[in-house]
Amino acid sequence: MKIVKETMVKRKRTRNEFFYDLKKNYILWCMLIPTFLFFLVNNYLPMVGIYFAFIKFNFKGGLFGSPFVGLSNFAFLWKSNILFDLTVNTILYNLGFIILGNVLQVFTAILVSQVTSKFFKKFSQTLMFMPYFVSYVILTVLVYNVFNYEYGLVNNLLSKWGMAPVNFYGEPKYWPFLITFFYIWKNLGYGMVVYLATILGISKEYYEAAEVDGANTLQQIRYITLPQIKPTFIILLLFSLGSIMKGQFELFYQMVGNNGLLFSATDIIDTYVYRATVTNFDFGMGTAAGLYQSLFGFVLIVAINFWIKKKNPEYALF
Amino acid sequence: MKIRKTKYTGAVNLAAYIILSIFSVMCVLPFVVIVSGSLTDNAIIVSEGYSLLPKGFTLEAYQTIFKTPKDILKAYGVTMFCTAIGTGIGLVMTTLTGYVLSRKEFKYRNTISFLIYFTTIFGGGLVPWYFMISGVLKLKGTLMAIWMPGLTTAFFIILMRTFIVASVPDELTEAAKIDGAGHGTIFTRVVTPILKPGLATVGLFLALGYWNDWFRSSLFSTSQSTWTLQYYLYNLVNRAEALRSMANQSRITIDNLPTEAVKLAMAVVATGPILLLYPFVQKYFVSGITVGAVKG
Repeated sequence: MKIVKETMVKRKRTRNEFFYDLKKNYILWCMLIPTFLFFLVNNYLPMVGIYFAFIKFNFKGGLFGSPFVGLSNFAFLWKSNILFDLTVNTILYNLGFIILGNVLQVFTAILVSQVTSKFFKKFSQTLMFMPYFVSYVILTVLVYNVFNYEYGLVNNLLSKWGMAPVNFYGEPKYWPFLITFFYIWKNLGYGMVVYLATILGISKEYYEAAEVDGANTLQQIRYITLPQIKPTFIILLLFSLGSIMKGQFELFYQMVGNNGLLFSATDIIDTYVYRATVTNFDFGMGTAAGLYQSLFGFVLIVAINFWIKKKNPEYALF
Repeated sequence: MKIRKTKYTGAVNLAAYIILSIFSVMCVLPFVVIVSGSLTDNAIIVSEGYSLLPKGFTLEAYQTIFKTPKDILKAYGVTMFCTAIGTGIGLVMTTLTGYVLSRKEFKYRNTISFLIYFTTIFGGGLVPWYFMISGVLKLKGTLMAIWMPGLTTAFFIILMRTFIVASVPDELTEAAKIDGAGHGTIFTRVVTPILKPGLATVGLFLALGYWNDWFRSSLFSTSQSTWTLQYYLYNLVNRAEALRSMANQSRITIDNLPTEAVKLAMAVVATGPILLLYPFVQKYFVSGITVGAVKG
């Protein structure tokens, strides 16, 4: 009885405090209104639509009049193995992107920091950063012109050298490499800048001391640079691991599009949801797959965060 | 102190130059191929393929595009309008929020930060969001459907907050407060003027997102009048492809298909402004990424 009374008093007090703050800082609260509306409309209100994951959509009933089917959308996705394949593809691609991407970015950043010519340093950075700025639609044009069967750059070279042309757009086996390559191509400059900033922040005294002790460049990289950028590397790695269930939709959709021949190796959850929604109008299935992705990703983040907090609280995400 | 050059130092330096040159060329080569292809006679592309320097130099592809410039100018207009209005409103919104979240006297700043961060780890997904914009707000077919959802992101807000904390010393705002300034005055007269690098960085991130958007245009367009530049290019490329494969299967020839050279020229026209501005704005992106990386 006493506890109940206490919590009630507490709740009343927090509510009063909230209104007090609202009154005192009303200008600050007013400044938040546009952002509040933005996230309400784009993120929080749509969460109500999770309901669509439990309907069998038909046009007659619309979204709220279609029959409620419980978990049967999930059951279908699970039994037909779609969910499993999509999950494996999404996670494997992301692991490849994260690990290869970060390692190459570190590698490039170290190389840039070793270069002595200021001009070359700037120039190479500018060139490597360029792909980050072009839209993914340009990527479609680019990939198609390099790899198409009839007159693509690669097949042209192959036939010039007297080799048989390769039908890239008909065989899935090449695409994991191509997609990973173009992901790295587009993001190399961006990630490199992060690591380069960390390297430039390392105190020069370490290197001078190492120089006096007779350490060569490779030893300096091994025993000074790499240990110093380890924290940044781990933080970035953990951040990306948190979004391992989120696919690079634009990258995949613009490179593969609706080419069904390649789906076995290139379909990720995001592209599946998009097709289910936009091409097939299967709103129930689309929402179900999306909800699965969101929930699985959420659980993963919380688990990873819990694990990090135990191991090394400094690196915790929240 | 004279730095002793060991044989390793020289070798590592040389290797760095060589590898970075290769990487740089790989990053830039595709653009060179696109530009040179757009200046090449289409017959040569089809028979001989691409090359680094245009063979049979011609401006035909560009002439074809600008012979009927109405559609492309319209798409340019849509993109410029969305970029201007979206970046403008988005920047004000993001800065205001960053300011509030950086105030120490604002007790609920952690709660609100978390509510914003939460949207990046959980959400309803594509369908409910699509239904919200088109079904509830009835924005389908309007330009607002294209610029409104891109106004800000959790990342931009956190980035802006970090910028404000780093570049606006507490003493300055405290002094203004003692002089009787309210939050409105502090924001417009004290914080915004010294926040220019932060504003430039977030503004450019926003503008880049709008300029490169094709997704929202593809979802919410009901007619060609709301196609952005990128979505226009996307349609040009894919429609030509679909028509060609149909024509190949039924063994008929279709004239008037956009040729390869025209597609490439269109890609150049759509990307041009970005690549021209890029060398001048690059440093703002670098500062944004660096600041964002330090504090996440």
